[in-house]
Amino acid sequence: MSKFFFISKKDAFHICDKSQYKESTIWEKFKLMIRCLFCDATRHYVNRNTKLTEAIKTSKLDCLSHHERQLLNERLKKKLKDEV
Amino acid sequence: MPTHQINPNKWIELYSDYLFNYTITRVNDREIAKDIIQDTFFAGLKSMKNFKGEASERTWLISILKRKIIDYYRKINSNKGQAEVRMTYNNAEDNEGDWLEERAEDEGYLNAQEALENTELGDAIYDCMDKLTAKQAAVFKMKTILNYETEAICNELNITPSNLWVIIHRARTAMAECMEKNWL
Repeated sequence: MSKFFFISKKDAFHICDKSQYKESTIWEKFKLMIRCLFCDATRHYVNRNTKLTEAIKTSKLDCLSHHERQLLNERLKKKLKDEV
Repeated sequence: MPTHQINPNKWIELYSDYLFNYTITRVNDREIAKDIIQDTFFAGLKSMKNFKGEASERTWLISILKRKIIDYYRKINSNKGQAEVRMTYNNAEDNEGDWLEERAEDEGYLNAQEALENTELGDAIYDCMDKLTAKQAAVFKMKTILNYETEAICNELNITPSNLWVIIHRARTAMAECMEKNWL
């Protein structure tokens, strides 16, 4: 029965990571919450992880897609060849 | 004495995302940002011989990029100037007051402080991302910034989902520690 409600720290961290990308289920979140009630390390990890997600969201970070980066790489390599 | 080396073969891998983020927060247009960083890399190649190695490669590229961004704004401002010369305000009484509305501060200006803070936060996040391994950084960017599906990342990088979550966990732990020191 206890296995049904209680999860290991490792599992809790994994659920917390998945939660940052909205990939955890309600049941998993519930189990994470239970773990947070008695585990300082889990609570600390959840707080820090949530802050990181908030910071990334606030910063509105952007980066090149894999395809855009490849294209830029090809152009730079061609230019480099021409320069040499 | 020069302490930094220059290696254009690594520029895309090491600096393209940082330069892209730096640019897009300043020009707000993906296509223009891509053109500007391409011009920056090309200009970097041309002036490679001027690299003294006193500053890091990234600092040197940023200084070129800043000039490119200024050039871009100079160019669009000169176009805007021409447009304004052509613009006429008529003197009809029923239009009185319109000019004031057209010249009022836009919301963007009022949010300048917020935008500046976001830019600095973005720079801090990229600085922390630089400390991740190449694989951690690639997975973290794809999952967190580009919002790719787990399956898509696994296919692209040829890794298993459990492998992906281990990498994400390590990346997030390192990022959170770094951000705590530098920002949060």
